[in-house]
Amino acid sequence: MYKAFLIKYAEIGLKGKNRHVFENILRDQIQYHLDKLGAFEVTREQGRIFVSCPEVYDFDETIEELQKVFGVAGICPVVVVESTDWDVITAEALKYVDEFYEDKNFTFKVEAKRADKRYPITSPEMCRKLGESILYKFMDQGIKVDVHDPKVRIWVEVRNKSYIYSHIIPGPGGMPVGSGGKGMLLLSGGIDSPVAGYMIAKRGVALEATYFHAPPYTSERAKQKVVDLAKIISAYTGPIKLNIVNFTDIQLYIYEQCPHEQLTIIMRRYMMRIAEKLALDSKCLGLVTGESIGQVASQTMQSLVATNAVCTLPVYRPLIAFDKQDIVTISEKIKTYETSILPYEDCCTIFVAKHPVTHPILSVIEKSETHLEEKIEEMIKEALDTIEVVQVG
Amino acid sequence: MEAYLDNAATTKVSAAVMEKMNQVFMTDFGNPSSMHQKGMDAEQYIKEAKRQIADTLKCEPSELVFTSGGTESNNMALIGTALANKRAGNHIITTRIEHASVYQPLLFLEELGFKVTFAPVDEAGRVRVDELVDAVTDETILVSVMYVNNEIGCVEPIAEIAKRIKEKNPKVLFHVDAIQAYGKMKIQPAKEGIDLLSVSGHKIHGPKGSGFLYIKNKTKIKPILHGGGQEKGMRSGTENVPAIAGLGQAAKDMYANLEVNRKHLFALKERLAERLSKVEGVTLNGIPKEGIPATAPHVLSVSFAGIRSEVLLHALEERGVYVSSGSACSSNHPDISGTLVAIGVKKELLDATLRFSFSVTTTTEEVDYAADCVETLLPQLRRFFRK
Repeated sequence: MYKAFLIKYAEIGLKGKNRHVFENILRDQIQYHLDKLGAFEVTREQGRIFVSCPEVYDFDETIEELQKVFGVAGICPVVVVESTDWDVITAEALKYVDEFYEDKNFTFKVEAKRADKRYPITSPEMCRKLGESILYKFMDQGIKVDVHDPKVRIWVEVRNKSYIYSHIIPGPGGMPVGSGGKGMLLLSGGIDSPVAGYMIAKRGVALEATYFHAPPYTSERAKQKVVDLAKIISAYTGPIKLNIVNFTDIQLYIYEQCPHEQLTIIMRRYMMRIAEKLALDSKCLGLVTGESIGQVASQTMQSLVATNAVCTLPVYRPLIAFDKQDIVTISEKIKTYETSILPYEDCCTIFVAKHPVTHPILSVIEKSETHLEEKIEEMIKEALDTIEVVQVG
Repeated sequence: MEAYLDNAATTKVSAAVMEKMNQVFMTDFGNPSSMHQKGMDAEQYIKEAKRQIADTLKCEPSELVFTSGGTESNNMALIGTALANKRAGNHIITTRIEHASVYQPLLFLEELGFKVTFAPVDEAGRVRVDELVDAVTDETILVSVMYVNNEIGCVEPIAEIAKRIKEKNPKVLFHVDAIQAYGKMKIQPAKEGIDLLSVSGHKIHGPKGSGFLYIKNKTKIKPILHGGGQEKGMRSGTENVPAIAGLGQAAKDMYANLEVNRKHLFALKERLAERLSKVEGVTLNGIPKEGIPATAPHVLSVSFAGIRSEVLLHALEERGVYVSSGSACSSNHPDISGTLVAIGVKKELLDATLRFSFSVTTTTEEVDYAADCVETLLPQLRRFFRK
């Protein structure tokens, strides 16, 4: 029945003179997503984005994919009429209402537009004429006109062809990925960091990711789990370059040289330092983490002061004020949850102290780190030199 | 160098098995139930495999039912006999060191109203026969004991158990999970008093998805899979002919050289045990006072004080040595091995235990290399532990 979709977008409509830039990015993003499904043609014309479907396509699968494209506020399945003849349009519109609305007990209004002002019927006239036809045809089934607050708006647009649509399937909202620069996501195998990546991508931020691997203390399966998580979020964010850093030597060195209850916080400071180096190399404009205040010892505000202090780039923490359950709910929605809960140990837990510091004092932590001066720079260099890159999506 | 020492988990398919299966996959691919020649050709492979296996057990081919592997064989044996004999009684006896594919079906039967007794074992993993026999009553319909334990490689006194439980209650059926024993031990069900015997193909260089259950003639048992009535109604579903043909070949090859193979495996086990027992803080599990010759030849369980098994496992893996941890354990999902607990391994060693297991293709060099790696790694890894 539907041969096309009209894409509604919300915020990028507000971007003034940059608007075409955002629209082009959104068009490219939609094209990228739909290329996975078939020969869809995505065009930007006269302030809207239009998707033409191939001869054979799966409606539900297409909607599902479009609902993964950030920046899409609504998806309108459109009936395309290969004619501009008014009688043909009327007949098709009646057929559309009849087929699409089984229960016709609702109020409606027709909204019509003509692209070419030379078209013989004006827009208000089109609305009146078509509204009348629909009303008379279905009034005994309960349909009524309400021009102020209708349940259903039936849109008819006459261009070189004619288009009929009435219902809007909600999209994910947000901004098209790539319109907001690039961020470096610290991706662990847990529940939070994939959600953080998803959320920041929803604001138009493209992602690169870093994972800290600690063999033999963490297994190949733990690493594969992170690759799998990156793959899942790349369905929303587009391709992700995943940097896998071998962190074992640094971790063991901290273990040997620093007070045990400070291990996690110092480890995290070195993770941030390494991630920032990678971020700067890749022209990322910030780090992204899944931290949420008070969730664990290393995420108290005091701990965040200590980890934040090593970064010059901004650290974005989209989940900072989220409760765990809210994060779980999103991870279930974006389908990372099942993978996140696989029971492989990650490098943050292997040597964790029974009572890690929860209120670290920056000067004390900095003093502890002086015990690392002898080898740490060399170890960081080695870690950066031996990075394994996995490209997903 | 690579040393695959996880042959109790699975083995590599042998070239002869591969060739046999290839023939079935590519040429004689018919459905044995088809009436035409292609069907008959396929049926011949099943007959041949049954003959080959029957020869190794000194039983009748008609006493064998092909299954998808060890788990299905155990399920069929336990659930099938419990349901068929529930009028005779509702009591089942097993041991505390059985594999999950015995333990879980028994828990399922408990849900259906059967009562299950779990007999204890000694520190070498051998069931305390007196206590097991004491548990036998008029209500007892089934006793299930594994031949060789998968985690520590101890051998259970099967013939003795069979004799004594049947003296006490002749109606009792005796099931033996021989998944780790078949191909490495001489097994004769009729002689040893075994009524049902489970075997898996992929532990003996056969394909995964293959196995069989020996069911002594006239044993009362019901099928658990119902359908087209293949295998005389005991196991519906089109026969997995390539896997069955492969399994027959694998069984034949294992038993053609049983004594030579056992000697080779024992030599490897003795060698590794000797090397490792010299290292500080190392304990061998499942070895009775009679020594290694009284155990299964291919499994060696070793505990390393001050090490987390998973870490040592991955460190060995980095060096190409593949083993299993004695218990699948991680910080999130503690799942301590029932066998290690049952034989009284110290709490701090439960999560510090590895299993090395050999096959006929394992070499002395591989075993030496693995021992070298362990010796190098232990002091390194012991420096770092969870405080």
